[in-house]
Amino acid sequence: MSKLQLITRGIIKDNPTFVLILGMCPTLGVTSSAINGMGMGVATMAVLIMSNMVISMIKNIVPDKVRIPVFIVVIASFVTIIEMLMKAYVPSLYASLGVFIPLIVVNCIILGRAEAFASKNGIVDSALDGIGIGLGFTLSLTAIGAVREILGAGSIFGYTFAGDVMPLLFILAPGGFLVLGYLMVLFNKLAKR
Amino acid sequence: MVETNISKEVIQGFVDGTISVESITLFAVVIGAIFVNNVVLSQFLGICPFLGVSSKVETSLGMGMAVTFVMALSSIVTWALQNYILVPFDIVYMQTIVFILVIAALVQMVEIVLKKVSPSLYQALGIFLPLITTNCAVLGVAIIAVQKDFDLLTTVVYSVSIAVGFAIALVLFAGIRERLETEDVPEGMRGVPIALITAGLLAMAFMGFANVVPLP
Repeated sequence: MSKLQLITRGIIKDNPTFVLILGMCPTLGVTSSAINGMGMGVATMAVLIMSNMVISMIKNIVPDKVRIPVFIVVIASFVTIIEMLMKAYVPSLYASLGVFIPLIVVNCIILGRAEAFASKNGIVDSALDGIGIGLGFTLSLTAIGAVREILGAGSIFGYTFAGDVMPLLFILAPGGFLVLGYLMVLFNKLAKR
Repeated sequence: MVETNISKEVIQGFVDGTISVESITLFAVVIGAIFVNNVVLSQFLGICPFLGVSSKVETSLGMGMAVTFVMALSSIVTWALQNYILVPFDIVYMQTIVFILVIAALVQMVEIVLKKVSPSLYQALGIFLPLITTNCAVLGVAIIAVQKDFDLLTTVVYSVSIAVGFAIALVLFAGIRERLETEDVPEGMRGVPIALITAGLLAMAFMGFANVVPLP
């Protein structure tokens, strides 16, 4: 597989949200606006790239039996670093993402990539894989957030155009399920072609 | 703030002194956690087992029981860790790492102990236990309970109620999906998309509980 393919396959072919259906909790929980979805995607991508690189580095010295706990500690350390950085530099985003930032630890995408890719491949490839899958996740979350924000609040990235004539339902919990469900149908239709 | 929507009998019992203020607040916590802020349908925690496990009512019940058991235990342990180790030693920033390790170890331990002590319970819950480590609801509830600064009793009541809410959502959803299997679903919607849309409708129904009890 070429280097470029490693990056691009995460966006359509192995899209973590619409094809692999991983990491559903943050996907639904934080996408009440486009900017929240994007923030979550970028934070997850940062953790994914760093943890993929470190796990690829230490893959030969970690005994097979304890590899999962070791992976979890590596991932949790990077999540803590990202959490502190976000608290310091983007406090408003940190507040609106809430409990879902520490929950990046249990996002199955990250442990899944560690187990399936980083523990078998070199550092550069693992970093590229992290970028690709992270990009796919970020784009999906931004798209879901944008649709929910347009339908529910009549705004996009905070820029309001319709105000409060839109049904609030799409910002609330049921809207998350509905929008993700219908976008998945659309994605499957388009990707099949 | 608590009295607004509680029935007359409860208020009468409160006036007579047969119901204490604490129990009313705990009651609000229970109803709030099970119905108003249902963990799956309004807080979006534990979606993976919700979509993955819940295709049969029986397995959903098993999963719900296993989660209740682990959540109650882990909330006690994480509460103690937070209040007796993390806060006194001023290392609260280690919270995420400590909690996830403790929960992973706890699940392993529960599995080993159950196998020895109660083989029949192990038979019923065994296959669900390894799945729980990656259930974000367990870690999520531990963190939320610590953030809300509950005392030990409220923490336990809160996490058990959350788990009961999880089980109820899971079983309801499994019941609907068993029916869906015999329906003629459009081709592009089969599988996860129709499950998500069903969950959306279920979440809409649960929104009806929003004004029952003020949020704890």
